[in-house]
Amino acid sequence: MFAQFIPDGAPVTPIQHLSPDGVLAAGVTPSMSDDQLLAGLRLMMLTRVFDTKAMSLQRQGRFGTFSQVTGQEASIVGSASALDPLIDWVVPQYRELPALLRQGLPLSRFMLYFMGNLAGSRIPDGVNILPIQISLAAQIPQAVGLAWGLQMQQTGGVVVVYFGDGASSEGDFHEACNLAGVVKAPVVFMLSNNGWAISTPRHKQSAASSLASRAIGYGFPGVVVDGNDLLAVHAVTAEAVARARSGHGPTLIESVTYRMGPHNTADDPTRYVDAAALESWKPLDPIVRVQRHLASRRLWDDDRRQTVEAELSAEVDAALVIARAEPAPTASQLFDHVYADPPSTLQRQRAARIGATS
Amino acid sequence: MSTVTEPVVGTATMNMVEAIRDALTLEMARDERVVVLGEDVGVLGGVFRATDGLQQRFGERRVIDTPLAEGVIIGASVGLAISGLIPVPELQFLGFGHQAFHQIGQQVARFRFRSQGRHPMPITIRSPFGGGVRTPELHSDAFEALYTNTPGLKVVAPADAYDAKGMLLAAIRDPDPVLFLEPLRGYRLVSGEVPTGDYTVALGRSKVVREGEHVTVIAYSAAVQLCTKAADVLAAEHGISTHVVDVRSLVPLDVEGIVAAVEHTGRVVIVHEAPLTSGFGAELAATIQREAFYSLEAPIERVTAPDTPYPLGGTEDFYVPQVDDIVRGVLNALER
Ligand SMILES: Cc1ncc(C[n+]2csc(CCOP(=O)(O)OP(=O)(O)O)c2C)c(N)n1
Repeated sequence: MFAQFIPDGAPVTPIQHLSPDGVLAAGVTPSMSDDQLLAGLRLMMLTRVFDTKAMSLQRQGRFGTFSQVTGQEASIVGSASALDPLIDWVVPQYRELPALLRQGLPLSRFMLYFMGNLAGSRIPDGVNILPIQISLAAQIPQAVGLAWGLQMQQTGGVVVVYFGDGASSEGDFHEACNLAGVVKAPVVFMLSNNGWAISTPRHKQSAASSLASRAIGYGFPGVVVDGNDLLAVHAVTAEAVARARSGHGPTLIESVTYRMGPHNTADDPTRYVDAAALESWKPLDPIVRVQRHLASRRLWDDDRRQTVEAELSAEVDAALVIARAEPAPTASQLFDHVYADPPSTLQRQRAARIGATS
Repeated sequence: MSTVTEPVVGTATMNMVEAIRDALTLEMARDERVVVLGEDVGVLGGVFRATDGLQQRFGERRVIDTPLAEGVIIGASVGLAISGLIPVPELQFLGFGHQAFHQIGQQVARFRFRSQGRHPMPITIRSPFGGGVRTPELHSDAFEALYTNTPGLKVVAPADAYDAKGMLLAAIRDPDPVLFLEPLRGYRLVSGEVPTGDYTVALGRSKVVREGEHVTVIAYSAAVQLCTKAADVLAAEHGISTHVVDVRSLVPLDVEGIVAAVEHTGRVVIVHEAPLTSGFGAELAATIQREAFYSLEAPIERVTAPDTPYPLGGTEDFYVPQVDDIVRGVLNALER
């Protein structure tokens, strides 16, 4: 064979710390304390409660099109929990609600965005996240630039950027990885491989046997982790963050998980999802896994679950009340924040619109 | 059983998505070189079902679910065309045409010219565009003017099911690249009688969709329906008779047809969903003032979105022109 770099096609076994039954792998010291684990579980459960409520609001026409996290909670929470929200940044795609909450975004803000209110686009100052990115992969070069800038200014901050297996086919992903490798940007590329990009299965996105293997071509390490394992995702991300913080550059993490619901509220997955594959993921639920683990250590039981679920339900309802109290959208909002100094033509358009709609 | 005879060519009621699907089916059956490619166009049949059933019928080799990358969908279409195929790529939303613009503007549109005729680009890029249906952020912009300012490319935007089918067939058979814009809002909402057989609607012809005497309203795509609604309001509430023209084809533009419609009333209102500045309305207005100057009785009125980014759903109705805005535009044009 003439070639020196030959794909061997061998599947890589994702790193796992907790078995689906919640048993800690032999020889593994958990990277999260019990308090951190309980906080992580609570955030995962909050996300699940939100998903269910938001879906029914959407069905009633009170919430716009949105994508649930269901099934991917450990992947998002585990990685976000490895960050210091005071100096580190999260750059999301759109399916990362708990990472945004952990960085300090109020849930009501997130709701407002999906209720179509521009007030929801404003992330409070001091909360280190970029806006939700709808244009796939566009956030990845931005994350590299942000990380690079933090590095040049010696803030010690690290950026975690989220994107899907689908988004990782865009040129923006590859261009961003290439630059990040060259400048050793303190960035962690968090690729959520949930098996699907709308109806397009993972195997149609890339012929590479592992999506993390692409890191090699850009000169930095890649790792495949069990995305339904909160502890493993946290441990792997914590290591990547430490690497980045100490000047060793980027890491590509492929978090292998599964989208348990539709792509979004407009999607009908029965047209394409393989029912058997979906079934096979059901016993791998990331929330149940942590609950089993904690139960085996007498840190969790059914009573606690019920109490926490009731608290979280109330928390989501309270956020909804806050979101609903926001003033209704107005025509003048169209014109705010377009320019620092709006051209006179735009000022005239504004006057005309406001007159027309008042 | 009676003997099989010639297929009876009749008509059927179709909405715009069905008419588009019918055109694709017909042309793929007629011409083996036609291939459809894009995100989710195969197994799912497209997020709006425009390509539903095509993969079952024509196979995975001709109806291709691509990796998620608009640049390579269009760039590869250039190469497929050079190889002798007739690609019909889909951009899932025109908002994501930006991700392919280096291939469209710089390559597809000018490959005939760059190769001095050796490599024509018989590519038809289909894409839904425009707003009014509460799609997520960055999906709904009406970016047609980016493309009409791209020499070498044709840009068409039918408003009804009959034109959607006939113009799509004409576009696929056209030796030059065509951006075929489909109104998101009209996909299911707009339906009509469509011949079930083969027919084409020539690109480069406007049509009068409503005869009127007092004012000429010019629009394309989803805005045409709004204009006919506005014409109803103007007739009922103001006794105004509105001449409504559907441009249908932006490039090539039917200058004669538009001039005739302008001369018919002497007053003009242009309507589009895109922002005002450098919108296609500016091209229409410039053409009209040059070609029909002496028949104009009032300045040309434009009813468009403001010069602001497309907002989130809650503010959408303030942004996209509504029937009332068109009525007001017409009253302005008549007051002068
Ligand atoms: C540039 C771009 N192209 C197309 C789309 C339409 N679209 C929205 S989500 C999606 C699939 C995304 O899949 P993936 O990146 O794997 O993320 P997931 O939704 O599975 O989390 C597509 C094609 C888009 N939003 N942006």
